[in-house]
Amino acid sequence: MTLTAPTRTMTAEPGSGATVELRGVVKSYGSMQALSGIDLVMEPGEFIALLGPSGCGKTTALRALSGLETIDSGSILIDGVDVASTPTNKRDIGMVFQSYSLFPHMTVIENVEFGLRMRKVAKADRGARAAEALEMVGLGAHGARFAHQLSGGQQQRVALARALVTRPRVLLLDEPLSALDAKVRVQLREEIRRITRDLGITTVFVTHDQEEALAVADRVAVMRAGRIEQIGTPRELYATPANPFVADFVGLTSRIPGEIDGEVVVVHGIRLPLLGEPQPDGPVFALIRPEDVALATADAPGAIAASVVSSSFLGSLRRTEFALPDGSLIAVQHDVNDQPEVGDTAFLRLRMAPVAASARQQ
Amino acid sequence: MSAVDRATRLGAVRLGTEPSGIVRWIILGVVGVVFSIPIVAMILFSLKAGLAGGYTLDHWASLFDDDAARVYRNLFTGIGNSLLLAVVTVGIVLVVLLPTMILVHLQFPRLRRVLEFICIIPITVPAIVLVVGLAPVYSVVVRIAGGSVWTLAFAYGITVLPYAYRAIQSNLDAVDVVTLSEAGRTLSADWGRVLLFVLLPNLKRGVLAASFISVAVVLGEFTIASLLNRVNLQTALLQVSQSNPYVAVIFALLALALAFVLLLSIGRLGRTRRTGSES
Repeated sequence: MTLTAPTRTMTAEPGSGATVELRGVVKSYGSMQALSGIDLVMEPGEFIALLGPSGCGKTTALRALSGLETIDSGSILIDGVDVASTPTNKRDIGMVFQSYSLFPHMTVIENVEFGLRMRKVAKADRGARAAEALEMVGLGAHGARFAHQLSGGQQQRVALARALVTRPRVLLLDEPLSALDAKVRVQLREEIRRITRDLGITTVFVTHDQEEALAVADRVAVMRAGRIEQIGTPRELYATPANPFVADFVGLTSRIPGEIDGEVVVVHGIRLPLLGEPQPDGPVFALIRPEDVALATADAPGAIAASVVSSSFLGSLRRTEFALPDGSLIAVQHDVNDQPEVGDTAFLRLRMAPVAASARQQ
Repeated sequence: MSAVDRATRLGAVRLGTEPSGIVRWIILGVVGVVFSIPIVAMILFSLKAGLAGGYTLDHWASLFDDDAARVYRNLFTGIGNSLLLAVVTVGIVLVVLLPTMILVHLQFPRLRRVLEFICIIPITVPAIVLVVGLAPVYSVVVRIAGGSVWTLAFAYGITVLPYAYRAIQSNLDAVDVVTLSEAGRTLSADWGRVLLFVLLPNLKRGVLAASFISVAVVLGEFTIASLLNRVNLQTALLQVSQSNPYVAVIFALLALALAFVLLLSIGRLGRTRRTGSES
């Protein structure tokens, strides 16, 4: 059967991505449920990151969307059409894999042309489009090379060009940056974001790196044990995590013992507003972000004495871990010019920012 | 030499990880002599003038005599049969074994050990035992497919399994077949095109190695053909050797040379790349 999926040009067509919807998607491997009824709606042109720890089901969700995994129940809709039983090669998607997936027996240009060739695009046309796609990722001069003659970052760029050259309705990125070194990773993620925005393509980006997800995504879905715990903009996730797991997973938090008292959490005598749903009074761990703690003087109101456990230089700032009188550890980000030594005593002040809290056994 | 270097070198020798150059040459020399003595003896024998002594090219030249085709008809029939059997056996490997291995690798990885076990079994069964088992099977095969010599390829398809399996499996292990096939499918290729345009080009070395080894095994096979009363190169050679041992040795040498060429080709394929060196 001839594939009739649309093959658009690389010219920017903002908003030309598809609406993607997962409805109650369930997938099990034996007795282990990898996806426990996922619901997710993506707007055309939206860039969504699936974020979560290993084994949370984010890659399974992506593979289900691509058709590389079948689902047990639920629906996968692309532009309102259920594609759950449509084979991968007819879903009109583009995908970049974690491991380098360029065809080693083909040159770079042949790799990029492959998708067009499979869609029976005329030879002259596909050559021009492949060259344009390579230019887009900055590798126009590398068409005659083979995969083994490229660096890891270049290979992933070619893989991106190969996935985009057919102008698929949805672009799926399965941890495409995880094998690259830190500098290339940052460069390439910015490039991916720019290109997908220019093309207006709906993009799903799987990562376990929260910084990566928060940096590039319009919205981030935090997953745990086959479920989406929260979906929102990076700002929403960071500022108003729906539960302790999200608060703990997104950004850095310190778990400090406290007590719920109505709508506040009392931590070392300081009454901090409680984030999220009300909780019954009792002992909890308050999840406090480093930027919500500051170095203070001994006479500052609410100052807590603490001793320095460790201190790390992070370039533009310094992160220091303090031990509080109850033995718990709290991280503080502060000016690089303050250089506490291990064992020093200092005073800390908690800012009146809302905090999440998780249950604590007494 | 520092103490550390000395200790490292001593450690390497003790573990046997890196034999010295002299040891390597000795091993190579002994193996070379063991292999070359019978071959040199065969060459010398094929050039012998007879019991009177001296050397001549007459035995080689006799292959090109006008009546050679008649005199050695049985031998040429054996060569033809062996070549036909080699082609059919390679066909069986490519049509049955290769797709099965790819399917198991991609879709049923848990069955890999089972498949490996099945494919290795023939190497543990002596040919004579195999024939005892195959004899009643062939009585059925003859009824269905006739008594043509090509039917022997079914038995050869079994005997080459261990060699062909190992050649293909090592190539499958060296290539990320799963990711490549998934990449192909996301780029709109159906399974047939994934196999044709993505997998086979990357499995070329393994497939060619399996094919060449199969050809070499088939050309050297004697027991099954002899006990099932079929004529192939080896059975014909035996027959000719009873009337003209010189010609039998010459053909044996030619068969050996062909097998060497095939094995050298495998080696070259292993080294040849489509482009420059790996970065």
